[in-house]
Amino acid sequence: MDVILENLPLYWNGFLRTLFLSAVSGVIALVLGTLLAAARVSPVAALRGFSTVYVEVLRNTPLTIAFFFAAIVLPRLGVKFEQFEVAAIIALSTYTAAFIAEAVRSGVNSVPVGQAEAARSIGMNFGQVLNLIILPQALRTVIPPLINILIALVKNSSVAGAFFVLELFGYGRQLANANGDAVIPVLLGVAFFYLLLTVPLGILASTVERKVAIAR
Amino acid sequence: MTTHVPGDALVSLNAVNKHYGQLHVLKDINLQVRKGEVVVVIGPSGSGKSTLCRAINRLETIEGGTISIDGKVLPEEGKELAQLRADVGMVFQSFNLFAHKTILENVTLGPIKVKGVAKAAADKDAMALLERVGVGHQAPKLPAQLSGGQQQRVAIARALAMKPKVMLFDEPTSALDPEMINEVLDVMVQLAKEGMTMIVVTHEMGFARKAADRVVFMADGQIVEDATPEEFFTNPKSDRAKDFLSKLLTH
Repeated sequence: MDVILENLPLYWNGFLRTLFLSAVSGVIALVLGTLLAAARVSPVAALRGFSTVYVEVLRNTPLTIAFFFAAIVLPRLGVKFEQFEVAAIIALSTYTAAFIAEAVRSGVNSVPVGQAEAARSIGMNFGQVLNLIILPQALRTVIPPLINILIALVKNSSVAGAFFVLELFGYGRQLANANGDAVIPVLLGVAFFYLLLTVPLGILASTVERKVAIAR
Repeated sequence: MTTHVPGDALVSLNAVNKHYGQLHVLKDINLQVRKGEVVVVIGPSGSGKSTLCRAINRLETIEGGTISIDGKVLPEEGKELAQLRADVGMVFQSFNLFAHKTILENVTLGPIKVKGVAKAAADKDAMALLERVGVGHQAPKLPAQLSGGQQQRVAIARALAMKPKVMLFDEPTSALDPEMINEVLDVMVQLAKEGMTMIVVTHEMGFARKAADRVVFMADGQIVEDATPEEFFTNPKSDRAKDFLSKLLTH
């Protein structure tokens, strides 16, 4: 266990990098995913089509492919960035957005259709119906799957370690290489720091779920 | 009740047609409703009366013909449609109060968000409307805490808050327990007396007799009879209407 204590600053650094990657990608994915879900239920056929294709392609291909595109293909197409973090954030957020879009869409579908009809009948436009009536009610059913997706995102961020981004898993690998005799403690340490991120997310899920409950 | 308020048609349906797959739910419907008129639409289930009601504010699209409100043909989609819908109040069978909003917010949401009324003014109007339908003291509660009859009266207040030109009622009492039906009908009768233009799809024959200027009888997607309540209930002309009325009376 000494290897963990001795390298605590390194672990902490990795933990913060993972937290940063997950938080930024999570926020972008939430916004993008909600927009995609809105497009999916919109009256405009072209938007519905785009959203469907996006979601099906992204969620049915491995995350590694998204990383390859962001880290290798995008720069060749002229999208340059200084750090590989940017590529990692692009890959993680576009990939996760597909799952979020599906979760939000199922939440939207869980709201009785009469709610939208009543909202339209008092003259609300599509955006108002969605923002004022449907999404606030969909939130309740969407929170648990959404948190699941965010937990998956935290763990998926470890793929970035394979693409020259130093985060928790990347540091863990460095430590394991440097301490060949203590690989198991090193990896247990890595797991511990991941749990430090994901367990509170799960607790947050159940708290928020209780708070936003709506009686029908 | 044969006195019709003079004036041009406020709601006008011309040769309206609609299919659900093979089923021809609305067959060449022509119907004119003048300002201040109360038209009750009755008929057996599946006759297309709810579809007709929902088509008037385009919750159902139509395939042929035109529907116009106060001289304006219903637009297909977008901003104009939303504006037109704001002029047409709708009351649903299942109330459809916004489940996450308080009773007061249910009534003020439309005026504030759609018409841009200031919150204080909207609150004041809403409270007056809630008092009028007898649920003023429920204002801070959520819809689920109210009885069905109370919810439906709030739904009427919500529609009235938009100051609509016409009110549509799609079987407003069908989902209610018997003892709550009258409290809703009383509000509707009062509204009719005050001169509101109303199109009411209902099975409440008592309401039709009491408040209607005209009874429209629908069967198989067609308007079979269009008469005063007196005429319709005492002397129905078609066999279809006679049959329908006889079935009502035997139970």
